[in-house]
Amino acid sequence: MKFGVIVFPGSNCDDDMVHVLGDVMGQEVSKIWHKEKDLHGFGDGDCVVLPGGFSYGDYVRAGAIAQFSPIMQAVKAFAAAGGYVFGVCNGFQILCESHLLPGVLLHNANQQFICKNVWLRPGTNRSPITSDLDLNQALKIPIAHAEGRYFADRATLDALEQNDQVLFRYCTPEGAISPEANPNGAERNIAGICNAQRNVFGMMPHPERASEAVLGNSDGRGIFESLVSSVLV
Amino acid sequence: MKFIAEIDIMPHKELLDPQGKAVVNNMEHFDLTGITDVRIGRHVTMTLEADSEADARRKVDTACQKLLANQIVETFHYDLAQAH
Repeated sequence: MKFGVIVFPGSNCDDDMVHVLGDVMGQEVSKIWHKEKDLHGFGDGDCVVLPGGFSYGDYVRAGAIAQFSPIMQAVKAFAAAGGYVFGVCNGFQILCESHLLPGVLLHNANQQFICKNVWLRPGTNRSPITSDLDLNQALKIPIAHAEGRYFADRATLDALEQNDQVLFRYCTPEGAISPEANPNGAERNIAGICNAQRNVFGMMPHPERASEAVLGNSDGRGIFESLVSSVLV
Repeated sequence: MKFIAEIDIMPHKELLDPQGKAVVNNMEHFDLTGITDVRIGRHVTMTLEADSEADARRKVDTACQKLLANQIVETFHYDLAQAH
């Protein structure tokens, strides 16, 4: 498998993602400029990553303009054909705005940019990024966003839960999913989801900032290990 | 024909608008009382060329539906006038 990290104008976590996938996980990875019109050589078992940042300055709504970048037409076709697409932070926002994932990310309930470590509880093992995670073990992963309040209507939220599409929920260090552990007012503490086909997945927290002991936190590494192992099978 | 659309995009009424809430909660700091609710959206002025009013409405609707408003959380409304 190989990874492609899309670079939009305003992406700023692309190098971190390339570093973790390439140097830490030892995978083949390349950057793809958003003006490309096709995903040269990407096919079955490969993964396209939409990194964090402020694509197009978050103008209109975070992720709203990036959905019309030329590469996104190719990403939509790639996803429809079953290719893996992973969005982190602004990448998650872009996937929602592109309707590759349901719902939307709104301004945080406290109207502040929040940059801190939070705790996440994996909700299911049935996704490429959670397949190897312990469902009873909370992970400490940083968030850094102003628009991270996941919202969808009740029917969509119910469907996400019934179909086991909620990948991560904000929780306490002990793993309790409570209002106090919810940093941004996200519906049902949702921090990450996948689509019904389980090949498109997004999350607001940044596992690429927490995947090396030298950074003092390697809780995010299990997410990348899950991805690599489930895709290589 | 040239048209101007004045577009208002607002968060759905049932949705928490933290920006509006922050504004209304801070009015008291300059001694303005009696403001019970503020909801903040966006206003867009769009100038466009179209063959007819119907064509102009189709273009404005498309712009709003595809990019300017996210209808999961926002509504849009506009007034359209021919520019001279």
